[in-house]
Amino acid sequence: MDVGIVSYGAYVPRYRIKPEEIGRIWGVDGKAMGKGLMIYQKSVPSPDEDVVTIATEAARDMMARVPDVNPEDIGAVYVGSESHPYAVKPTATIVAESIDATPAMTAADMEFACKAGTAGIQACMGLVGSGMVEYGVAIGADTSQGAPGDALEYSASAGGAAYLIGTKNIIAKINKTLSFTTDTPDFWRREGQPYPLHGGRFTGEPAYFRHITSAAKMMMEAMETKPEDYTYAVFHQPNGKFPTRVAKQLGFTPEQIEYGLLTPNIGNTYSGAVPLGLANVLDHAKPGDRIFVTSYGSGAGSDAFDITVTNEIENYKRDNAPTIERVLENPVYLDYGTYAKYKGKILMSE
Amino acid sequence: MASVAKEWREIPGRYNLQGTKCENCGKIYFPSRSFCPKCRRDSIGKMTPVKLDRKGFVYTFSVVHEAPDCNNRQKPYAVVMVKTSDDILLSGQLVDVEPENIEIGMPVRAVLRKLDADGPAGVIHYGFKFVPDY
Amino acid sequence: MRDVAIIGIGATKFGELWNKSFRSLGIEAGMKAIEDANLSGDEIDGLFIGNMSAGRFINQQHVDALIADYSGMVTNHIPATRVEAGGASGGVAFREAVMAVASGIHNTVMVGGAEKMTDLDDASINSVMDATADAEWEAGMGITLASNYAMIARRMIHDHIATREEIAAVSVNSHFHGALNPGAQFRKAVPIETVLKSGAVATPLGMFDCAPISDGAAAIILCPLEEAKKHTDSYVKVSAVAQASDTLALFQRDCITEFKATQVAAARAYEMAGITARDINVAEIHDDYTVAGIMAMQDLGIYKTGEAGKAFLNEETHFDAGNVAVNTSGGLKARGYPIGAAGVAQIVELTEQLRNSAEARQVKDAKYGLAQSAGGNGSAVTVSILEAI
Repeated sequence: MDVGIVSYGAYVPRYRIKPEEIGRIWGVDGKAMGKGLMIYQKSVPSPDEDVVTIATEAARDMMARVPDVNPEDIGAVYVGSESHPYAVKPTATIVAESIDATPAMTAADMEFACKAGTAGIQACMGLVGSGMVEYGVAIGADTSQGAPGDALEYSASAGGAAYLIGTKNIIAKINKTLSFTTDTPDFWRREGQPYPLHGGRFTGEPAYFRHITSAAKMMMEAMETKPEDYTYAVFHQPNGKFPTRVAKQLGFTPEQIEYGLLTPNIGNTYSGAVPLGLANVLDHAKPGDRIFVTSYGSGAGSDAFDITVTNEIENYKRDNAPTIERVLENPVYLDYGTYAKYKGKILMSE
Repeated sequence: MASVAKEWREIPGRYNLQGTKCENCGKIYFPSRSFCPKCRRDSIGKMTPVKLDRKGFVYTFSVVHEAPDCNNRQKPYAVVMVKTSDDILLSGQLVDVEPENIEIGMPVRAVLRKLDADGPAGVIHYGFKFVPDY
Repeated sequence: MRDVAIIGIGATKFGELWNKSFRSLGIEAGMKAIEDANLSGDEIDGLFIGNMSAGRFINQQHVDALIADYSGMVTNHIPATRVEAGGASGGVAFREAVMAVASGIHNTVMVGGAEKMTDLDDASINSVMDATADAEWEAGMGITLASNYAMIARRMIHDHIATREEIAAVSVNSHFHGALNPGAQFRKAVPIETVLKSGAVATPLGMFDCAPISDGAAAIILCPLEEAKKHTDSYVKVSAVAQASDTLALFQRDCITEFKATQVAAARAYEMAGITARDINVAEIHDDYTVAGIMAMQDLGIYKTGEAGKAFLNEETHFDAGNVAVNTSGGLKARGYPIGAAGVAQIVELTEQLRNSAEARQVKDAKYGLAQSAGGNGSAVTVSILEAI
């Protein structure tokens, strides 16, 4: 039985801030920071947005594209994020209510830094593939915080994408998924702390690069494929530089990763990054296209997926919801003061 | 601390614009009602839940400058009365648009946003707001 | 059913009265009314109090007991009733009292209206006001009461029922009269530019379109018409008290640029009094927001739709203009708006006019006076008509 993507939806808030504006406040050449990271602007959530509202918007768009799917047939909802509004009380149940999937279903929130969304896809694949549920929803969404003046402030942004996993009318078959997981403390946030800490350059080679290349190589070995067998590739993208470098290391071309690389334009949406990159690929994909996906979550692990787009994508009602291109149109740019106000970084009287 | 039940009870209306339809006369009500003011006794047992269309247009609006505490970080903010595609009038906030660009007649749709929270440790209240429907 | 007369009136100054408590305000107004009616106080056999929200403003429920106690009426253990209907609390309390006397169940009744608002901070006060709209589906969604009236104003302008200037003129009229009323909170006339340029509250309405936060109280004494002469020569007849309800939320209405409750209550009142709108000489209307004043004059049938604004702008509403004088007290805007007191203070003003004691703002030969008091989004409206004897 083929398991795959039945539908998807994506949402990014409309506000942006540029690295030069952030640098202006902290006495740093922000433009150079941006160039170094390959991030030219990042998305900022409005004060009334959070992971719940972003995940809901993406999930509702996902459902709008499959009007013949009865939401009551959804058997599982997982939301992966590192900025869930509650430490205890799941985002997933609120999203489930908002798409009318309740009450005959299971739900949970996931956390695995930036790969919590793809972890949810794997969990849904298991439930769907085993026949335990008819449809599963996996969402990766974040409104990540960067500490004021820290390097992460130039990249931590907001956005999310939702995936409906099933076996009927799939628009993209997931041929295989596998993961490479170790205990590697490259980036973390303790309970109650507002901002994460990280190991500086330790987040590179022993963390991001090791896990992505290991998972990617394991996948190509298992599927007996080479990079040129794929039409598109999507890698986790904490900035624009890392995925560009890892793609080259693995033998993928800049053209293959172009659609899947959104971070330079919207910043690092953490658990939303790979789901959003994949959504942009699917916005452009044709039947027969093969997509290579490898996510990365600090702590650490990578989930790899080998995906083939089916003929069903020609019948898919993609136009029932805005494409990523439409979602990213007409952004509104903020100054740092407004950005700090929206992100709750200003000390208010209680 | 406010009772959590009060907000929880209203979730179908707050999240999903669920109202009621009188099966006797066909009129749709939002928020939900347990009987039809037109049909009265004839409507008992005939009120069914129905979800309003999330799309509509702006019937009138105002930009609020003197804001209640929960909206202090977003003032000035816009409120609107919206006529939905199923001809129901609703009130809510209109966000993601500059106040000077709001016009009577502009198309909008309902989305889920944060309305309020019972302080930094309390429950978060979600509900519908409107955004321009380009 | 017997006719009812007003034999005594009293009111405190309205304003931010820091050194006056709720109970001291209520008693002050009551004492003035008893003196005005030439009573000792022992004669009162019933008390009706219009108060919107002592529970939230001063944390005091059961204000019927509080006023009955501090006014000395508990020595006779008279029945005391507190009435709430948003901004119409005073108007409804008045109607309840008139019905009590007309029915024969009561003989000499005091109606009080009182509100102590300034013991609370502004933001909290506003959220109490917002709760007179639909607390769940309007206030709970970020709609303030001011923004509801602002949305009405915008639609009115869009539908060519009134211009922005005409709406602002309601405030200019109220301030013009407030300058002539020693008891008013604001005693300065203002030009229309002041209203149009005032700080935005909810566009298109600004600070000068909205009635202030006030403390204050007013009181009236009622008795059967045939007994009025026993107490005083300057009494006034209550010709009609009518009331109507409408939906709580503004968005539940078929039309938002009129208040059906005002129209229905007015029709009932004119019928009860045996007159028409054309017979009214002086009107006290509920201008908690300027736009409400425009709607009121049209809903009362005194002006046709689209005409009330012109009347305000052309100063035809002044006490000395020879037409229907509007808000000679200064209205809610300039006289002040201690919510529960408003409806009762309107009756106090009309009584002054009809018995010729309105001094600098006296309307010549005033025979019929009309008071319109409204709550929330016009969800409760009382229309009362008084007649000079």
